[in-house]
Amino acid sequence: MYSPAIIAEAVVNGLMTGAVYALIALGLTLVYGVLHIINFAHGALLTAAMFAVWAVYVAFGLDPYLAILPLTPLFFGLGYAVQRFVIGPASHGSDSNILLVTLGLSIAIENALLAGFRSDTRTLNTDYGFQVVELGPLLLSKPRLIGFGAAVLVTALLWLLLSRTDTGKAIRAVAKEKLGASLVGIDVAHVYAVTFGLGCACLAVAACLLMPTFYVNPRIGQAFVLVAFTIVVLGGMGSIPGALLGGLFIGVVESLCGLFLGDSLGQIGIFLIFILVLLVRPTGLFGAKA
Amino acid sequence: MTFRDIVPILVLISLLAFVPVFVTANTVLNFLVFTLIIALAAQGWNILGGFGGQFSFGHAAFFGTGAYVAALLQVRLGFNPWVAFAIGAVAGAAVGWMIGYLSFRSGLRGSYFALVTLAFAEVLRILANAAAFTGGAAGVLIKLDVRPENFQFESRAAFFWIALALVGATLVLTRWIERSRFGAQLVAVRENEAAAKALGVDTLRVKLGAITLSGAVTAAAGCLYAQYFLYVDANIAYGTWISVEAILAPIVGGLGTVFGPLVGAVALHGLGEITKLAAGSVPGIDLMVFGGLLVVAVAFAPDGILGLLRRLRRPVQTSGAARHA
Repeated sequence: MYSPAIIAEAVVNGLMTGAVYALIALGLTLVYGVLHIINFAHGALLTAAMFAVWAVYVAFGLDPYLAILPLTPLFFGLGYAVQRFVIGPASHGSDSNILLVTLGLSIAIENALLAGFRSDTRTLNTDYGFQVVELGPLLLSKPRLIGFGAAVLVTALLWLLLSRTDTGKAIRAVAKEKLGASLVGIDVAHVYAVTFGLGCACLAVAACLLMPTFYVNPRIGQAFVLVAFTIVVLGGMGSIPGALLGGLFIGVVESLCGLFLGDSLGQIGIFLIFILVLLVRPTGLFGAKA
Repeated sequence: MTFRDIVPILVLISLLAFVPVFVTANTVLNFLVFTLIIALAAQGWNILGGFGGQFSFGHAAFFGTGAYVAALLQVRLGFNPWVAFAIGAVAGAAVGWMIGYLSFRSGLRGSYFALVTLAFAEVLRILANAAAFTGGAAGVLIKLDVRPENFQFESRAAFFWIALALVGATLVLTRWIERSRFGAQLVAVRENEAAAKALGVDTLRVKLGAITLSGAVTAAAGCLYAQYFLYVDANIAYGTWISVEAILAPIVGGLGTVFGPLVGAVALHGLGEITKLAAGSVPGIDLMVFGGLLVVAVAFAPDGILGLLRRLRRPVQTSGAARHA
């Protein structure tokens, strides 16, 4: 009943959305892998990043793709400060406290945005927002294709950072063995904050890639963050290739569920996968045994 | 549990019962009923989260089930609202048991448990939003038919007393849990699950008992909500707002204490109203304060308002600090 071309297009579209999902999930999985906490403020921070993209576009006419350059360091700094000066000191080192502090932050950020911008939905009117690229029989949205490429590139860069640089080495050391890392002279609080900053930097890039084709309102982060949780759990908490593959997979699942079940039920598939993975194999497909 | 254990509860509830005698303004009674509904939902959360240490981020699953079951049974199947109310609470218990069975059997705890409860609530929200039986996105409207046997009253005071009675009953239930063997085992699971297991506590059974009771109480709050506002839709009933409210009140009031959720709900919503008065009706401003307050509470008052009061009375003792360290 569906022609192969439509299904193929849904799969490709899913892959493109999935790459940006992966980028969002990447920040989450990185923070989980190192701090062993689930950052419930991730969605609210994404919303904040998307509003930032919108704001610099409206205020300075800055193109969303160019906005990557100022916003990524800005959000890195923001994330660093939030972890170093709020989450770290407030949670007294207890996991359940971190859970609550990030939840509190997410409520505060989201509603501050709601108070500031009201619940109106905002979009960017770029001249390339609706351009398409013809690829054989498929018509692909140009900004989403760019999003796909950039997301894959950022994943690769992050992987290089973690595997090739001293900072990356320190992050991996803290992730493996916090006490040992601090004994050899690594400043654990600093590494935590850097990791959290990197997670937020991923969000800033994701927000810049999303905005040309997407809209922003103060509640938008919630929708993404649940998908990101699913990807992180599916790919294995803390695994970077897991986040990328999980993101692509979830993008395709969502796209196909939307095609077969309609939009309102489309997300059900994601949550059922989420629950199933949590119940059957909480370490995910690529995660190490906890 | 002896009679002396429940004397403070009885005194507090009887004092509060006189409030509608002095306050007759509808806006104030509205606020009080709403706060009591939140307090009840939070009391449910506190049984599992406060005493059992299992932080659910999806208590909307129970609240919504209570609200929808109570509303749908009377609207679609012609049940008496009082009967529908009772069945709604039982349905909440059943959903609690099911979610508990699935997640505790798989050994989920901490962040994983928080996530899975969140996901269950979301699945229910999407289903309720899409299914025709639940009225889809338009929700369910309960027909206005003001008769006491129909669980609808002329005065808001009647609702206040019913909500107060339910909160009071849950205070007694929580006190019983605190004093009982079951409660001691539940606290043991919270403090050190492996040690509790080694001492012969059937941890799965204890956690299942807690989540079932928790689900029933929070579902009762949902039933009450539906009956008071006579309207339910998926984003109200299964929305994240109620999951968050249910977490906030016990933490601000005093986690794992009998009066914590009630104190927290009153303090939060009192503060919320004050904020709204001070800042004008900017949407989200009260929740913004709540979020900030949650961070501050975790940072500076890990035992909530009740803990602060206790510390004021006995300034030297830093009770509970070790537990949260």
